Amino acid sequence: MTATAATVPALDVERLREDFPILSERVRGKPLVYLDNAATSQKPRPVIEAVTRFYSSENANIHRGVHFLSERATLAYDAVRERVARFLNASSAREIVFTRGTTEAINLVAQSWGRSALRAGDEILITGMEHHSNIVPWQLLAAATGAIVRAVPITDAGELDLEAFDRLLTERTKLLAVVHLSNALGTINPVREMVARARERGVVTLVDGAQSAPHLPVDVQAIGCDFYAFSGHKVFGPTGIGALYGRSALLERMPPWQGGGDMIETVTLERTTFAAPPARFEAGTPMIAEVIGLGAALEYVESVGRTALGTWEEELLTYATERVSELAGVRIIGTARGKASVLSFVVEGVHPHDVGAVLDDEGIAIRAGHHCAQPVMQRFGIPATVRASFAFYNTREEIDALVRGLRRVRTLFA
Amino acid sequence: MSSLSELYQNVILEHNRSPRNYRVMEDADRKADGHNPLCGDQLTVWVRMDGEVIGDVSFKGAGCAISKASASLMTGVVKGKTRAEAEALFERFHRLVTGTLPPGESETLGKLAVFSGVSEFPIRVKCASLSWHTLKAALEDAQAVERSGSQS
Repeated sequence: MTATAATVPALDVERLREDFPILSERVRGKPLVYLDNAATSQKPRPVIEAVTRFYSSENANIHRGVHFLSERATLAYDAVRERVARFLNASSAREIVFTRGTTEAINLVAQSWGRSALRAGDEILITGMEHHSNIVPWQLLAAATGAIVRAVPITDAGELDLEAFDRLLTERTKLLAVVHLSNALGTINPVREMVARARERGVVTLVDGAQSAPHLPVDVQAIGCDFYAFSGHKVFGPTGIGALYGRSALLERMPPWQGGGDMIETVTLERTTFAAPPARFEAGTPMIAEVIGLGAALEYVESVGRTALGTWEEELLTYATERVSELAGVRIIGTARGKASVLSFVVEGVHPHDVGAVLDDEGIAIRAGHHCAQPVMQRFGIPATVRASFAFYNTREEIDALVRGLRRVRTLFA
Repeated sequence: MSSLSELYQNVILEHNRSPRNYRVMEDADRKADGHNPLCGDQLTVWVRMDGEVIGDVSFKGAGCAISKASASLMTGVVKGKTRAEAEALFERFHRLVTGTLPPGESETLGKLAVFSGVSEFPIRVKCASLSWHTLKAALEDAQAVERSGSQS
């Protein structure tokens, strides 16, 4: 992933695994082999403890009380916003809006920016590789505004067709919404280059970072995007929390999308003036404990080292790709030149759900299905795939267990 | 190991490999499409009524071994049955796969008893019952052929 990989100290994976209590669980009588990280990641002790500590001794509402606990909770909450800004290399914490996750972040952009900026006939450019969460909000927006959704096609290798992208990017295009790292194929998309081409034409850009935040170094200023969305639970934090990065100049102009407490300046019975971003987009009591947990997760990831974990994950993916490719009757779906974390495949004559059931019997957790990316499945003419997705706490031995499980699949369904 | 082999009994594996009545029925008078939105599985069931009874029934589609074998075995057992008989059978089959059939009654289901292992895997209940739900939809609506034809 990076040229400096050789100089990065190797991860002590066995020691890091001890930070994750669930990894010593047994499932169906076997040690858990957790290879479903693209669906959600496991949580290290510092995250679990931060959430428990908050509820045990720190719980209070924020931005309201003058009492000790409320002040402390407010400081802790706002400090996580600073940490998220550093994690993404945003220029200011004012550009970070807390959301329920990537899905809500994208819906926020569609409802707030989209409804005020788009007119009938405008085009929203997505790609054939998107998760449903980066398709459906735009279809809803298109239905409401008369805008049109277009999609950049995928090549047989599972890469975006950049020539088609150039053709689809026209003066009608008002938004580019593209996934950074595909959850179904593992493809790393050239978002920097795509965003640059879009911005030359004055097109607003959104990058879906649900899978890239946990696995790739992310620098929103280097990517140059206007919006970047990610979920806490995929980056070793709690569920129900995520964040939207939005360029200040855009956030300032965007109207609220939900009304309530904490997002106002003054309210009379006749009219309300709204707070500046990010508060304008955070109506009501937020997910305070989850924000605290997210802060602990990002701190943990940084202590492990994002370059080191990326290097180890790349090694795991290469090893898994080699071992799984050796198996007769197995076809890998998604063979892009740049990939991370995700290995999607089909076993000839065996439905992915049946593969999943046999692997589950061996204590191996993978995902079998369409991965909320049905257009990708349609593109490859298959109903579903088996997907193994890796995190830095996975080992070569776990990949060996996966391969043994796949041999059993072949025997059972021969 | 034991619950997995209970799930994938040999009869199921065999029907998955060589499903019976796996074909489009040109002279069907009823048809319905079934989808499992959780996994993207889909199948089509065709029925030709012979007076009050099911004269012929067939299916095609993409699904896991459980859903395919279930559809295959279903086409075998419902042929010659009235709509009410087929629905009563589905009722008992559903109780079998959800583990709510009283012990000792699974024998009354004949060949369908091979699906008893499904009750240990709650998420697979939908796989086992997809073809039955689809058959029920087809039987409920004599106009199903025209309607699903225009929908797809």
